[in-house]
Amino acid sequence: MTATDPSPNHLQLTRDGQLRHFLTLDGLGRELLTDILDTADSFIEVGERSIKKVPLLRGRTVVNLFFESSTRTRSTFELAAKRLSADVLNLDINTSATSKGESLSDTLLNLEAMASDMFVVRHSQSGAPHFIAESVTPGVAIINAGDGRHAHPTQAMLDMLTIRQHKGRFDGLKVAIVGDVLHSRVARSQIRALNELGAEEVRVIAPGTLLPRDVENLGCTVEYDMSKGMKDLDVVIMLRLQKERMEGALLPSEREFYRLYGLSQDKLALARPDCIVMHPGPINRGVEIESAVADGPQSVILNQVTNGIAIRMAVMSMAMGGQMAERQHKQIENEEIRA
Amino acid sequence: MTALFDINQLLDELEKGLRRILAERGIEDPVLIGIRTGGVWLADVVGKRLGVAEPFGELDISFYRDDFSRIGLNPKVMPSSLPFDTEGRDIILIDDVIMSGRTIRAAMNEIFDYGRPASIVLATLIDLGARELPIQPDVVGSSLALEAHQRIKLRGPEPLSIELQESGQ
Repeated sequence: MTATDPSPNHLQLTRDGQLRHFLTLDGLGRELLTDILDTADSFIEVGERSIKKVPLLRGRTVVNLFFESSTRTRSTFELAAKRLSADVLNLDINTSATSKGESLSDTLLNLEAMASDMFVVRHSQSGAPHFIAESVTPGVAIINAGDGRHAHPTQAMLDMLTIRQHKGRFDGLKVAIVGDVLHSRVARSQIRALNELGAEEVRVIAPGTLLPRDVENLGCTVEYDMSKGMKDLDVVIMLRLQKERMEGALLPSEREFYRLYGLSQDKLALARPDCIVMHPGPINRGVEIESAVADGPQSVILNQVTNGIAIRMAVMSMAMGGQMAERQHKQIENEEIRA
Repeated sequence: MTALFDINQLLDELEKGLRRILAERGIEDPVLIGIRTGGVWLADVVGKRLGVAEPFGELDISFYRDDFSRIGLNPKVMPSSLPFDTEGRDIILIDDVIMSGRTIRAAMNEIFDYGRPASIVLATLIDLGARELPIQPDVVGSSLALEAHQRIKLRGPEPLSIELQESGQ
């Protein structure tokens, strides 16, 4: 399984350009990304009603298929599906390394046989959601909830929604992503989205050991010195130090990392005064970010969580709509052939 | 495209009909909701004429449409906005055109997700007939039967006008 499909759009989009899976932001244009943000805005309003439910996915079955643990992402996907009136099944699957490929296919075929309409997939291997969409269950809408180091497109889009809410635009914005870029699927998706939506500069700030080799090719500038990197920022996105993914000695110590790359009040003061602070969570207080900053007036970390529900509602309803429109299309074609 | 109606005459009809119904039912403090897009423009004009308290509500029924399973989600959906408590209130619901009745079914479902209103009065500028559901407006500006190739469209918001579009000819 690899995630290097150069044009994923034959898989993600219907013939008239509607979303039918949501696997990666690669290849999705500004117009579609903006449609996702606009649709999510409408779902935010739904979350403020006394009855926080709309009937769009009524009678549909959504399976949360988490091969890797997650609390926030899974619970916001679950809430999103329930607010769309879908039936939700949560499966936490601990994969054994040896039989992964085979058991994955079998598990999925069984779930498909239960008439599932959508799989929300988190997997430690990059490309697993692509593989499922392409080879295993093509009639089921697949939403990528994070795959290996590859992508976490709903997280990136909820971050874009949060930025747009606070800044009202992307043009002219300077955005930095700080910390463990090497292990971060979130960073890759964020860089892609920010470039597509027209941010002026995307800057990554990290020690060389926590940057991927091809980092400049992702569409960003690189800064090793955080004090320099904070200058003129409109948005700073902190990444979690992924201790569970660290192999070998990439860091001298957590304390050293915090001194150099942790977001303290002093360092934040170097950015623009209206710079917002974001973090995908879960936060390691005192490792990447000072508590006073995480809880401070410039922090929008909890807005991100609320926006996560709305973005997931948007993507799920758009992908399901695309699948159903396509089924309808095929049915009409078949009838024409018979007639 | 032909200008078909005197829009002011239709608005007069709507206003007169609504005044009559509100008086009959003893409704003194209604709230007004327009269905996007044409209904919102009309709500603004009719609400001011009737002296209904502002702000007026705006409904986008995209999340409640019954053809989602055939055509997918409307990509241009906008947030609904009901900036008042609907629980126990008398609602005037306005749209530009009624035909199948499906839009109104969707709109009523959406309204009930905000709370349980005391009553709903439905006013539409034009009734095209061709109903598919047992839903009838209480007040109509004018009724009209269209040929299969004809479409009608409200243009606005300023000035409001009604256009008859001929297609496939």
